[in-house]
Amino acid sequence: MMSTATPHLEVRQLTMAYGESIIQEKLNFSVSQGEIFIIMGGSGCGKSTLLRHLIGLMKPAQGEVLYHGVDLWQADPEQQQRIISRSGVLFQGGALWSSMTLGENIELLLKEHTQLTPKQIQDVIAYKLSLVGLSRYADYYPSEISGGMRKRAGLARAMALDPDILFFDEPSAGLDPISSRRLDDLILELRDSLGATIVIVSHELASIFAVGDNSIFLDPTEKTIIASGSPKDLLETSSDPRVIQFLTRMK
Amino acid sequence: MIFLTDLLRLCDEHDIHVNRESLPDGIQTLLKLAFTVTERRSQRRAVLGQPVLTKIGNVTIEMHRNWSDMLGFIGEVFSAFINFFRRKAQFRLSDLFFQIEAAGPSALFIVTLISVLVGMILAFVGAVQLRLFGAEIFIANLVGLGMAREMGAMMTAIIMAGRTGAAYAALLGTMQVNEEIDALKTIAVSPVEFLVLPRVIALLLTMPLLCIYSDFMGIIGGAIVSATMLDISFFQYFQQIQGFVGLSHFFIGVFKAAVFGILIAMAGCFRGLQCGRSASAVGFAATSAVVTSIVLIIVADAIITVLCQVLGI
Repeated sequence: MMSTATPHLEVRQLTMAYGESIIQEKLNFSVSQGEIFIIMGGSGCGKSTLLRHLIGLMKPAQGEVLYHGVDLWQADPEQQQRIISRSGVLFQGGALWSSMTLGENIELLLKEHTQLTPKQIQDVIAYKLSLVGLSRYADYYPSEISGGMRKRAGLARAMALDPDILFFDEPSAGLDPISSRRLDDLILELRDSLGATIVIVSHELASIFAVGDNSIFLDPTEKTIIASGSPKDLLETSSDPRVIQFLTRMK
Repeated sequence: MIFLTDLLRLCDEHDIHVNRESLPDGIQTLLKLAFTVTERRSQRRAVLGQPVLTKIGNVTIEMHRNWSDMLGFIGEVFSAFINFFRRKAQFRLSDLFFQIEAAGPSALFIVTLISVLVGMILAFVGAVQLRLFGAEIFIANLVGLGMAREMGAMMTAIIMAGRTGAAYAALLGTMQVNEEIDALKTIAVSPVEFLVLPRVIALLLTMPLLCIYSDFMGIIGGAIVSATMLDISFFQYFQQIQGFVGLSHFFIGVFKAAVFGILIAMAGCFRGLQCGRSASAVGFAATSAVVTSIVLIIVADAIITVLCQVLGI
């Protein structure tokens, strides 16, 4: 695993809230370059909300989200745009734009953020879709393919600009065990071949142990991080019953 | 079981300890299951049982938030238009053409039907009164002026608010539910430029054309009633309109239609973007879009009518 002095992503004293209702507070963690980082916790603990804060969809009530030391919310619009264009997001349901074909979904990104010619754009679309096994589906609309395929197409779109950092929101949710395993393999391949940093929100134990290098565990009652470290280490060394209960599916 | 859960909840509220050990094993397991997930009171919507003053306060705060959101949205649309004129707006021309087609030609049938009927109603209501004075020919003036200045634009706007404005809110609302709007934001594409701008331009362009069409359809409706009920020939009817209803009256109607078009598109898109993340929220967004559009149309119509009166147009 690569590591640099400045972490790729750092969160300092982050408080997340909907109005006056605090979801999580005093969150501190950092994600190193090339690391697969898991955000885990039970349903409703604020994992997806944390992801929305990391990708700039929600403004923190307090605290900072830093990319290579630059605060996302204090950066000027140009810096913000640069940070956003260097990250890719795979949403829970794929979030493909339903009025566009899979090819057009990827094309929009390439047109907005690159100077490629139409021919080059078509080549990139074909390449990205082939990476997720959908090379014959460029002209299909999202409504014409299955949920698993939509998720893979969403991944192809997230990878369109070869981002430095990828965010996955519940990547295995709704997938059968084989597709889920393939997605895990793909995530590892992405990290190894592209050196991308990957942040995954998940509560799928099999995936967490298969791909996670580092992790944090959010608790809805404490409203903060109650454990952090490699998922495998947490399983072996954590003494917190809530973490053990979660990682072993114990009653 | 229901009695026991109620009892335990009541005891819990009053800090009374309950010894469950004497209960049968099956009941104990079911009770354990019923209370496994603890309630997070902070996440509950506090609506029921509030005092009236609290409700008024909450509604006022909500209205204030709504107004500031709306002002922010108007600002974003304005800046999107500036980008459009600087040729920097992030939207696809194909989307604009699609929206024009969906808002214009596809609405012709319903506009024809409603406009002809409104023209006929105007003529019929007028005929009953004007016949008393032997002034039947002035039916043409009534219908021509009514359609050109008011009813053409107004009826088209109401049709479009129900048809297109609601569709915009439902579509954008569903995109919100499916996280498609979030996906646009994460690639640094402004949803206002990409989704709202083509829709506002589409209605800005199609509404005046539909209004002119509606004016003529209404006038034809009036002609049918005049010819069948009042023995006024088509020739007499149209000559009377030509002599009395000048182009300026039509221009006022067309101007109103353009304003209504902007209002309908913006209200529909605003309610869609404001939508929550559930199916019922989409339904609420569509309803709210139609109500907002109709209120804005009537208010704008009143303002323009008064302005025309003051300016003597």
